[in-house]
Amino acid sequence: MSDDITQRVIQVIAKTQHLSPEQIRPTSSFEELNIDSLDGINIVFNLENEFDVSIPDEAAKSIRSVADVVEGIRRLLAEKASGA
Amino acid sequence: MNRRVVITGLGVISACGKNAAEFWDSVRQGRDGASKLEEFPGLRFSNGGRVRGYQPQLYFTERELDHFDLAAQFGVLAARQAISCSGLEFTSALRESTGVITGCCVGGKLTEDSAFRELYEEKKTRFNPMIVPRTMANAGASAISMEHGFQGACLTFSTACSSSNHALAQAFWMVRQGSLEVAIAGGHEAPFSLGHLKAWEALRVVSPDVCRPFCKERRGMILGEGGAMFVLEPLEHARARGATIYAEIVGAGMNADAHHLTQPSADGAARAIRLALQDAGVAPEAIGYANAHGTGTQANDATEAQALRMVFGRHCDRLAVSSTKSVHGHALGAAGALEAAATVLGLHHRLLPPTAHFGSPDPDCPLDVIANQARVADPEYAISNSFAFGGLNAVIVFRRW
Repeated sequence: MSDDITQRVIQVIAKTQHLSPEQIRPTSSFEELNIDSLDGINIVFNLENEFDVSIPDEAAKSIRSVADVVEGIRRLLAEKASGA
Repeated sequence: MNRRVVITGLGVISACGKNAAEFWDSVRQGRDGASKLEEFPGLRFSNGGRVRGYQPQLYFTERELDHFDLAAQFGVLAARQAISCSGLEFTSALRESTGVITGCCVGGKLTEDSAFRELYEEKKTRFNPMIVPRTMANAGASAISMEHGFQGACLTFSTACSSSNHALAQAFWMVRQGSLEVAIAGGHEAPFSLGHLKAWEALRVVSPDVCRPFCKERRGMILGEGGAMFVLEPLEHARARGATIYAEIVGAGMNADAHHLTQPSADGAARAIRLALQDAGVAPEAIGYANAHGTGTQANDATEAQALRMVFGRHCDRLAVSSTKSVHGHALGAAGALEAAATVLGLHHRLLPPTAHFGSPDPDCPLDVIANQARVADPEYAISNSFAFGGLNAVIVFRRW
């Protein structure tokens, strides 16, 4: 399912990696997309700005796929909405 | 000409103390010099290896303080200590052939940060004319040369975390080949400005608490500041004047990974260690201690362990390894110099300094880590590793004296 959050995540990854959004699927792994650890840190930085959330270091290091990112962002947005 | 090169003086200022004796006392006990960064609230990390209780006016005139950023002050202070420790008397001829070779990565960051704040935040339109000379990375080298009248080659390496080891290697080679009679060499750094700390925060490699290299619980590095300087002179020169010799530098190796901006390469690191051993003419089995780059990040420590395994093979089981960054922090351009001080003092005192905060062994770091307590040992040779962002490696080989 490709909802709004997934689309925004894909846009952020595309922009950070200088890819076209069509090259990125919701099921893509970072490995398939040639995203290494330094790219990952850059993506996390751009995600924090896009969604106005703060992503902890440990979470930033554990993401390996678009799905990981979407799931993490969903959780952070839910925490933010509940005022946690 | 291929002369033997010995260390006859050393000086240190760091979170672990403001002179070599205090530094060694802390380092050998694995006593962490880091403190809470209360002056920088709201960062994702809260500790740093700062030189606490430092009073610049005890060491510098007001005029000098106008000219020197904290970074240069650390270099000048360490050099003064090293020169005084060496007991060398400089004739005018010797001053002409004495060089100053330093490592400094980020330059005068405190000066730069406060100047930019004035420009962007306070909207000041006039700048202090001392900003340029205060922020240049060679400010320390130049200040040392001017203070003591050293007119030989004076240069600064700004190669991230390998800066100081590049400087020590270059100084060693220049004294060995006769280009310099004496070298004052080492490194210094003062990276604790808000702007620079925010940059490190963004890289997500700084530990939220302490630096625990090579163990399973490691969560990153701790930044450090300070300086360490050494007096290097030919063995015959040192012997002729009856100098105390702390250690000999016997080899150095440097290379590039040609691989990745931030990810280390075990192949590259292993090649650098091999080059240093070749330069020293020393077999891997002769090395008894490695002062590791050991930043405490996931990537560095596992890769460095792999590199050590590649070079030393089964001898790795008898190679004591520690990372003193666990107590003085990662001082960036001064890292190699502080670690050279720990290595040289360890060889000199026949006591290998520990890795502080070591928890449980990590199968990805299969090394004989000196955990938490110093080890009495008398190895003839030791290496000290530095591996920089950008894939620049520099390794020094020391011989006990």
